[in-house]
Amino acid sequence: MNPIRKFDLKALVASVIIFAVVQGLILAEVIGPFWELNIILICINIILAVSLNLINGYTGQFSIGHAGFMAVGAYTGAIITVKLGLPFELALVVATVCAGFLGFLIGLPTLRLDGDYLAIATLGLGEIIRICILNIDYVGGASGLMGIPRLTTFAYIFWIMIAIIFFIKNFKNSALGRCCLAIRENEIAADTMGINTTKYKVMAFTLGASFAGTAGCLFSHYFFLAHPASFTFMRSFDILTMVVLGGLGSMTGAITGATLLTFISAYLSDYPEWRMVIYSVTMIVLMLHRPQGLFGSEELSRKMFKFGGKNNGRAAEGR
Amino acid sequence: MESFMHQFFQQLINGVSLGSIYALIALGYTMIYGIIKLINFAHGDIYMLGAYFGFYATTTLGLPFIPAIIFSMACAAIAGIIIERIAYRPMRNAPRIAILITAIGVSFFLEYGMILLVSPQPRTFPAVFSATVYNMGPLVANSQQLVILLSSIILMAVLTYIVNKTKAGKAMRAVSFDADAARLMGINIDRVISTTFALGSALAAAGGVLVGVYYNSIDPLMGMMPGLKAFVAAVLGGIGIIPGAMIGGIILGVVEAMVSGFLSSTFRDAAAFGILILILLYKPSGLLGKNVREKV
Repeated sequence: MNPIRKFDLKALVASVIIFAVVQGLILAEVIGPFWELNIILICINIILAVSLNLINGYTGQFSIGHAGFMAVGAYTGAIITVKLGLPFELALVVATVCAGFLGFLIGLPTLRLDGDYLAIATLGLGEIIRICILNIDYVGGASGLMGIPRLTTFAYIFWIMIAIIFFIKNFKNSALGRCCLAIRENEIAADTMGINTTKYKVMAFTLGASFAGTAGCLFSHYFFLAHPASFTFMRSFDILTMVVLGGLGSMTGAITGATLLTFISAYLSDYPEWRMVIYSVTMIVLMLHRPQGLFGSEELSRKMFKFGGKNNGRAAEGR
Repeated sequence: MESFMHQFFQQLINGVSLGSIYALIALGYTMIYGIIKLINFAHGDIYMLGAYFGFYATTTLGLPFIPAIIFSMACAAIAGIIIERIAYRPMRNAPRIAILITAIGVSFFLEYGMILLVSPQPRTFPAVFSATVYNMGPLVANSQQLVILLSSIILMAVLTYIVNKTKAGKAMRAVSFDADAARLMGINIDRVISTTFALGSALAAAGGVLVGVYYNSIDPLMGMMPGLKAFVAAVLGGIGIIPGAMIGGIILGVVEAMVSGFLSSTFRDAAAFGILILILLYKPSGLLGKNVREKV
C-alpha cells in the first residue's frame, strides 16, 4: 500500500473514532444542547474555512465574498425542502450545484483581477447577492425564510465535512491542484509553463463556492431559518480570519482555525458586550506576532514538532 | 416629464451633498492606499470616531460648529497616528493579507469598543445651527447641505494645497511613488506615513461630524457601510489619485441618490457595489488612472 493510501486509511479510522465518541456523548447527553450547537457550528465553519482555503490558500486568489455563496446555498436548500417539499438530500445537492454555478458565473469575469481589487470585487459581489435576496419576497425578503425543518444532524454534517476535506486534500495533490499551487506561487510563470490560468482559477473558485453552498444548506437546516443578516460581509471576514489564523494554504491550519475561533466565540458568549472586543484584540495580537498564521503553509504533522524552528523559518520566508 | 426633471435635480442636490461626504472619507482611503498599499478597513470607523468626538465637543464642551469640527479632526488625527503606530507599523514587512486581517481586527475593535464605551443606542446629534430651507423654484435645499458642500470644498482645497505645495506633501508624493528611493533621498518614511494617517483620519472625522449634522443621528456601527462605499469611490476615481477620490465620491453619491429616488432605497447599496464591479471589469485603474503594464 502506498503511503498516501495508508495515511487516508488512518485518517478514516481516526474520524470514525472521533465520530463515535462525539455521537456517543451527544446521545448520552454528556454534551448539552449548547455545546452540541457549537459542535455543529464548528463543522459548518470547517467546511467554509477549508473551501475558502482552496481559493485563497491553494490558488492564491484573494476572495472575501464567501458568505454570499453560503447564502445562495442556504436559500436554495430551503426552497427545495420548504417550498417544494422535496427531500433534504436533494436540497443539499441542488444547493451545492447552484452555489457552484453562481461561483462559476462570478468567477469567470472577476478572476481577471488580482490582489486587493479581486478582494474588494468579491466583497461587493457577496453584498450584491445578499441585497438581491433581501428584495425577493418569495423567500421572505428582509424578515428571512422561516419554518425550515431541522434536518441537519451531527451524523450528516460530520460525514459531509469529512468527505469535503478528503475531496479538497485529494484535489490539492492531483495534477489540477498542482496547477493551482503553481498559479499561487507565480501566475506569470505558471502561464508561461502552459497552464491555462483562467481555467484553474475559475475551477478552484467554483469548487470553493459550491462547498460554501453545501455549508449554507446545512446551516439553514439546523437553525430553522435563513436570514439575510446571517450572510453579511462580517461572516465572510469571520471565515477569512479562520483561514488566515490557521495559516493560509494549510488544510490542518484551516481546520484548527475554524475550531479555535468557534470555541473562543462560544466561551465568550457569556459576556456579549466583551465578546467582539476580545475577539478583535486576539486577532490583532495574533497577526502581530505570527503574521503567517499558526501553521504557516505547512500541514500539521509529527515532523513539524521535531523540526519546529526550521519549519517556522521557512514558512515565514515563503509567503 | 416635468416631475421627472424636478425629481432628477432634487436627487442631484441630495446626491452631491452625500457624495461630498463619501469623497472626504475616500480621500483618506486613497492616500493611505497610495502610500502603504493597505485597504485600511478601519477608516470607516475613524469616521465614526470623528462623529462621536464632534458629538462630545458640542454637547459636553459646548463648542460651536467650527471649533467642534476642528476639535474632532484633531482628535481623530491623533487616533489615526496611534492606530498606525500600534497595529500597522510592526507589520511593515509582513504578508499583505496579514496586514489586511489586522485592519479588519482594528475595525472590529473600534466598533465594539465604542459599543462598550458609549452603548449601542444611536445618539441624537444636536442641531448646531438653525436649519434654513432654501427654495429654488420647485427645488429644495437646506442649510445643512450647503454647509456640507462648503466644508468639503474648503477641506479638499486645503488638502490639495498641502499635498502639492508643502514639503510634507512633496515627501508624501515621493513615498507613494517609490518608497525605497524616497528613503535613499533621506525622507523619514515612518513620519510621512504618520502624517498621511493623520491627514486622512482628520478628513474622515470631518465627514463624520458633517453626517452627524445632516442625519442628526450617530451610532457605533455607522462607519461600516460608508467605509466600504468610500473605498468604492476611491477605486472608482483611481486608487492613490487624490482628485480621483473627490470625483469618485461625488459620482457615487449622485448614483445612490438617483437609485433611491427612482428605484428603491433598498437597492442603494447594491448600486454602489454594482458600480464597483463594472469599473473593476472595464477600467480597473479607475476613471483617472493610467494603465500600468505588468512587468516580470
